[in-house]
Amino acid sequence: MEDTLASTEPSRKDLIHALHDAQERHGHVPAEAIAAIARRLRITETDVYGVLTFYKAFSLEPKGRHVVTICSGTACHVRGAARIIEEFERALDVPAGRTTPDREFTLETVNCVGACALGPIVIIDGDYHGQAKAAEIPKLVEDCRCRSRGQAPCGGGKPEDAPVDAGPGPSPRRQPGGG
Amino acid sequence: MDLKDLEKLRQEIVAARDGKRPCITVCGGTGCHAYGCLKVAQAFRDEVRRQGLQDKVDVRQTGCHGFCERGPIVVLQPRGVFYQKIRLADVPEVVSKTVGGGEVIDRLLYADPATGEKIAREEDVPFYKKQHRLLLGSNGFIDPTSIDDYIALGGYRALAKALSGMSPDDVIAEATASGLRGRGGAGFPTGKKWAICRRSPGETKYVICNADEGDPGAYMDRSLLEGNPHSVIEGMIIGAYAIGARQGFVYVRNEYPLAVENVTAAVKDCRQRGLLGKSILGSGFDFDLSIFRGAGAFVSGEETSLMASIEGRRASPRQKPPFPALAGLWGKPTNINNVETWANVTWILRNGAKAYAAIGTQDSKGTKIFALVGKINNTGLVEVPMGMKLREIIFDIGGGIKGGKPFKAVQTGGPSGGCIPAGMLDLPIDYASLAQAGSMMGSGGMIVMDEDTCMVDVARYFLHFTQEESCGKCVPCRVGTRQMAGILARITRGQGEEGDLEKLETLAKTVKAGSLCGLGQTAPNPVLTTIRHFRHEYDAHIREKRCPALACKELLTFGIDQKKCIGCLLCLKACPVKAVSGTLKKPHDIDQAVCIKCGACFEVCPAKVRAVTKTSGAPAPEKVPQ
Repeated sequence: MEDTLASTEPSRKDLIHALHDAQERHGHVPAEAIAAIARRLRITETDVYGVLTFYKAFSLEPKGRHVVTICSGTACHVRGAARIIEEFERALDVPAGRTTPDREFTLETVNCVGACALGPIVIIDGDYHGQAKAAEIPKLVEDCRCRSRGQAPCGGGKPEDAPVDAGPGPSPRRQPGGG
Repeated sequence: MDLKDLEKLRQEIVAARDGKRPCITVCGGTGCHAYGCLKVAQAFRDEVRRQGLQDKVDVRQTGCHGFCERGPIVVLQPRGVFYQKIRLADVPEVVSKTVGGGEVIDRLLYADPATGEKIAREEDVPFYKKQHRLLLGSNGFIDPTSIDDYIALGGYRALAKALSGMSPDDVIAEATASGLRGRGGAGFPTGKKWAICRRSPGETKYVICNADEGDPGAYMDRSLLEGNPHSVIEGMIIGAYAIGARQGFVYVRNEYPLAVENVTAAVKDCRQRGLLGKSILGSGFDFDLSIFRGAGAFVSGEETSLMASIEGRRASPRQKPPFPALAGLWGKPTNINNVETWANVTWILRNGAKAYAAIGTQDSKGTKIFALVGKINNTGLVEVPMGMKLREIIFDIGGGIKGGKPFKAVQTGGPSGGCIPAGMLDLPIDYASLAQAGSMMGSGGMIVMDEDTCMVDVARYFLHFTQEESCGKCVPCRVGTRQMAGILARITRGQGEEGDLEKLETLAKTVKAGSLCGLGQTAPNPVLTTIRHFRHEYDAHIREKRCPALACKELLTFGIDQKKCIGCLLCLKACPVKAVSGTLKKPHDIDQAVCIKCGACFEVCPAKVRAVTKTSGAPAPEKVPQ
């Protein structure tokens, strides 16, 4: 936290900031980080663990190589987000909120990314795919697999409606949201 | 920098700028980001350079213009020519024709869907015409990362006014006289809140900006923070001066990285210019701001939870009283207001309480920003005077329902609010009217629903949401929402029983009465309003095992009309579970025992054929023996 309080002694008030740091550095909060934070802030590891598991921004498990985030905000829901979530669950064979055993994909939902005009919206590795259709999902997944193999996207899963190449939008910070 | 310096600085900035010089503004809001506006803006910069016009034309990435449906949006200033759905390929033509030659490109203009008439200027577009954009108006003109842009438009003049000629009590009196009420949803009078906090004993006091906009389907706070962060910061400094706080926090939702970035940059610029820190504008008043990133918990939008979160604890609410104005952050008197409220404060101090109170209704003053989303033609952010009728917002500004379908309901207030049916379209939008309808103002989400939206499913959706987001502290909320969500899920699966609605109503009472914070106290609202206004839909689910909107998956049956099917194999190939059988040019059939009701067959069946049927409460078409 870059502010006037940062100059004071590290304490519990810095906990969430420290957890953000660890999450960003490692993609999750490893056990060593929990211990280190607890020591630095002079609180117990249980305390750190209690706060960590309360907030969705932090996870104890590493994320997959590709992060698929599906918006399930109200606007996306009434436009059929549930169907998109199901289709991804089927295509990746993993329930929403989990990572595939090969650590290739993490499938997440977020409670609203504020891009309601494009709903239902899917964000894959930071790229927005608006007005997502169930039929194009296998292609989107295949594109990711090709990228993992170092090839150009081969599934042909480019969103048809995107007026320009869907550029990297503000990264949704890759975690299920709702806050 | 002191007061005189600020005015001098403004004059310098304005003098250095040629007001007549063309500027290509590219909307940089989240909606347009998703459409790829960053690339469009870069393409404009490159193209301007390529055509050697860099000394004649500016390119500016601005805040959100609000008309997200039509992004990426490009407005050519100073003429206000409004281009929509700009593609990279359009960029060279826009630069050469419009900027170079002054010609308007017809193809890129917005066409009025009613008349087909092309509209050249932003303010003439029906979406903007009925709006009153006090707060969002500047978004389209300024680069949110440039404090100079904000100052050039009169920014920090309100702060200067407050610090130079007004006592803290004068500022509070002004806020009270304006009639401003909290925009976070509850609508507590802002001036009164400030006065209580000012009177609270104690040296150390805090102000907080609640930017933990968790309401799904609402993004006006995000748009303000991203698009015009200084208008929020200025309001906060004014409020802090009025209350006597020297430290403030902006608590931003973690899912809003661009808002975090822009407001952090704005705070830095303010410190550099002496607008934050010691003796602001030479007045002797010290104040500084910290940005606190939330961590993904809906309940942290509740004020006592939010403060717990800043203190580094789990975001659980606590008993009130004592209210934060007496004992808030670290037990000190704390004033917490929502983003939109703070931005309103700036407007009020700049233009006067009288001008503000002239807008709106008797009890609800000023404007309110709504996120108009869902099954609406013109998705976007709209800012309207309080008291405007729902009908005007949905049909005149929103352009009506997608595909011309009938309007069913609008959901306001998010998970705390309720659904307002078509019969109440003439309801004026203000705090009291919405509460009377069983809903609430909330932060301003307005989700439009048509005949394809199942109201029982909407209630299930919200209860599932609140159940997941309940912090677990109060048993009625933790267990009650879970039970309610379970009953609703059961009803949508066709396993509803007589007496379920009564059970839901009893649970609703308990959850409302037995919860400490707004999350639990309002969680049953979506259920109660849908039972009140759409009881027939619940009855259809429970008694007839039928979903009238054809939305609840478990109650659907997909079949193939053997007389219409041309045997094209499309549905057979699309089916993920191989439930469709058949051969080329022979009518296909769906094995109901295998079908998972995903609807893939229904989606791919050609519009001309329409052989795949989707029904609820009726058996699939008979298979004709071949």
